[in-house]
Amino acid sequence: MIEQPLLIAEGLSKNYGARIGCRDVSLEVYPGEVLAVVGESGSGKSTLLGLLSTELEASAGRVSYRLRDGRLADLASLGAAEKRLLMRTDWGFVRQNPADGLRMAVSAGGNVGERLMAVGWRHYGHIRDEAIDWLGRVEIAADRVDDDPRAFSGGMRQRLQIARNLVTRPRLVFMDEPTGGLDVSVQARLLDLIRQLVAELGLAVIIVTHDLAVARLLSHRMVVMRHGRVIETGITDQVLDDPREPYTQLLVSSVLAA
Amino acid sequence: MATKPILSVSGVAKTFILHLREGARLPVVNGAGFDLYAGECVALGGPSGAGKSSLLKMVYGNYRVDDGAIRVRDGDEVVDVATAPPRRLIRLRDTTMGYVSQFLRVIPRVGARDVVAEPLIHDGVAPEEATKRAGELLARLNLPERLWALPPATFSGGEQQRVNIARGLIAHRPLLLMDEPTASLDAANRAVVVQLIEEKKRAGVAILGIFHDAEVREAVCDRVIDVTSFGQMAA
Repeated sequence: MIEQPLLIAEGLSKNYGARIGCRDVSLEVYPGEVLAVVGESGSGKSTLLGLLSTELEASAGRVSYRLRDGRLADLASLGAAEKRLLMRTDWGFVRQNPADGLRMAVSAGGNVGERLMAVGWRHYGHIRDEAIDWLGRVEIAADRVDDDPRAFSGGMRQRLQIARNLVTRPRLVFMDEPTGGLDVSVQARLLDLIRQLVAELGLAVIIVTHDLAVARLLSHRMVVMRHGRVIETGITDQVLDDPREPYTQLLVSSVLAA
Repeated sequence: MATKPILSVSGVAKTFILHLREGARLPVVNGAGFDLYAGECVALGGPSGAGKSSLLKMVYGNYRVDDGAIRVRDGDEVVDVATAPPRRLIRLRDTTMGYVSQFLRVIPRVGARDVVAEPLIHDGVAPEEATKRAGELLARLNLPERLWALPPATFSGGEQQRVNIARGLIAHRPLLLMDEPTASLDAANRAVVVQLIEEKKRAGVAILGIFHDAEVREAVCDRVIDVTSFGQMAA
């Protein structure tokens, strides 16, 4: 059984003028695995996510992705149309602020259905049924399908964003602090949902979080970032239970045990 | 009995370096070496603080290893936990190594029976079958059926530990690591755990564990390895 990585980053760097966003980051993500990127604010983890998802242009380095036909493509070499298709079909992006990932003036059903239409679904009845099915999977009642997300709580919006992203069965999902800013009880429900869906669908996920408990619950492996660099990597429980770098030891020891 | 060990530990050393305390060095194990074979249960012995738990965690790859080798047989391959890349280690845990920790790490919102069934589902067993077997195991461990659907966060220490043991034992792993599996159990449930361990041994599973309870240790363990007998620790 030879497993091939789904995404490969090599020597990724990003400078904002003289300031360094990200420096010489290399990593691989395999199908079905959850990789957590942790670090404090300003450590470069969101910049890294932007680079991996090609939302930001790298100053140096490259990102390659294995397409469904098995070909490994340098993402910078893909044309705009090819890249758009990839983002709509193969990728998802769950943002910290649901308003950035949802269309707030479009109904919940429309938010989910829009992604289906983007991949070629045309039959209104089927789209609506699939949307309602996915709302159910993220625990949103079917009778809310015509409401727009402005009428939803923060937790519901975030669950809707997850449905919108997963409905097209992507292979890779980027998540940027998906539980940030939510109440703890709401967070627990969301985490449990993400955990279940990721396992059920065999998704690969790159999740950026400053919350080590989130990383422990969801991820198989993690990378720790500081000052734009990856300073420590490994199996999640090993990095958290036996951190080697001074900074990682500080991070781990700074968490209040509940 | 197989002639090749499933686990072979040699020259293993580990020192914690506490960077937040001016780099203080805390030696835990030095020169640890032993073999473990299919179907036997071996206890790590020695006083508190001798490094038993740390050694168990190193075998599982939860703690890093500074020196030496921890070779685990995985089918036709032998994997050195001390140097294996993370993804290989994760696969080794999926195929070969199970770990029963002292405490249950609760997962928010997931009910006890589902917590127990999870490793089986991960192995590819149909959810219905996995749930059924989880229920049977919890019943053997005398966990009242009315608790099965509830998340274990509010359970007593003993109840949580039984959920934890069930989760750790439900799937087949040729090498089982157990850290005080009976610490907060009453006599009746200790006896059930002893039975479960006997069944694992008969199925050819090799067990390495920490058993403080002398009665349990005498019932299940074939030999004891005194961790203080390893090479002198450098202070």
